[in-house]
Amino acid sequence: MMNKIFAAMIILSVICSIFTGRAAEVSDAAINSCVEAVELFLYLIGGMCMWGGLMKIAEKSKLTDKIAVAFRPLARLLFKDIDLNGKAFHAICLNVTANMLGLGNAATPLGIEAMKALEKEDNACGTASRNMVVFTVLNTASITLIPTTAASLRSKHGSEAPMDILPCVLITSAAALAIGLVTAVILDGFGKTGVKKK
Amino acid sequence: MTDYIIPLFIGLIIIYGCIKKVDIFDEFLSGARENLKTGVDILPSLIAMITAIGMFKASGAMELLAKAMSPVTEFLGFPSECLPLAIMRPVSGSGALAVFETILSEVHPDSFAGRVASVILGSTETTFYTIAVYYGAANIKNTRHTLASALSADFTGFIISVLTVRLIFGC
Repeated sequence: MMNKIFAAMIILSVICSIFTGRAAEVSDAAINSCVEAVELFLYLIGGMCMWGGLMKIAEKSKLTDKIAVAFRPLARLLFKDIDLNGKAFHAICLNVTANMLGLGNAATPLGIEAMKALEKEDNACGTASRNMVVFTVLNTASITLIPTTAASLRSKHGSEAPMDILPCVLITSAAALAIGLVTAVILDGFGKTGVKKK
Repeated sequence: MTDYIIPLFIGLIIIYGCIKKVDIFDEFLSGARENLKTGVDILPSLIAMITAIGMFKASGAMELLAKAMSPVTEFLGFPSECLPLAIMRPVSGSGALAVFETILSEVHPDSFAGRVASVILGSTETTFYTIAVYYGAANIKNTRHTLASALSADFTGFIISVLTVRLIFGC
């Protein structure tokens, strides 16, 4: 996927620059953009490390486990016929908690563990089960509570209150997640009753 | 109100860590080191994407794309500046970051388009990557309606981000 996008963008810019006569600008961009990328990296890495460190403390003090327990009742509603004491359900709760806290590094391995466990519990055999779809949608429509990256770039560019987008982010991600989950459940119903699935 | 969230959240983590007798400084360092590694890991793709986007924009291709999509974006009230972000967001995390940086260097972060872009970056995820990694790990070939559901969530996020920014900031 990234292969095609990367190639398409560069080829299109070269072709486009011939027609718009902006070859000089494009060559400037080609030479100088890499410096911008490193500047961006330097800007982000501080915040990434700071939050990574704090989240590690939360993980080690079992604060994340506490939050995962709070998530259990909700998870029971989302996942049908799941073994509440099983490995999959436990990994799901921890994964969602890690996602909410912006612990991307911890969330992915937990998510993979949950998927593998779901595959066994649901006897998937190469086809995604209902719970697997629900779980994946839960992860693609992230439920981040604190948008640290967006906020640090906002303050870099002179925002007066970088975090003031927080309520918008919370409402937006909740709405996106709700629609994603509803779609997942509805389309699952179609698949089962024999109606042609998308 | 939102000013208190971060300090209280950090305070809670540290206090809870102290109560549970966690080696907080060492753990902080180990977590920070892990993320430093992640950051270094994404740097090459960040360089690739920022370069590609820089060239794309400088050549005028970005304007053409925005113009071609303007009937759709205008209909939805979606700021055309944010269109490249909406396209990149489901595909690549570092790509989305690169587009976001480009947008903010052009419009003020506290402007309407700047806020919408921030909300999109903060509230959505790299859909394709997540699906590929998760199903790849579980050895699933037929993902059924996963992509359709996930993209419907992304699309909802784009629309709602415009609405919430309008509603809360009234611009």
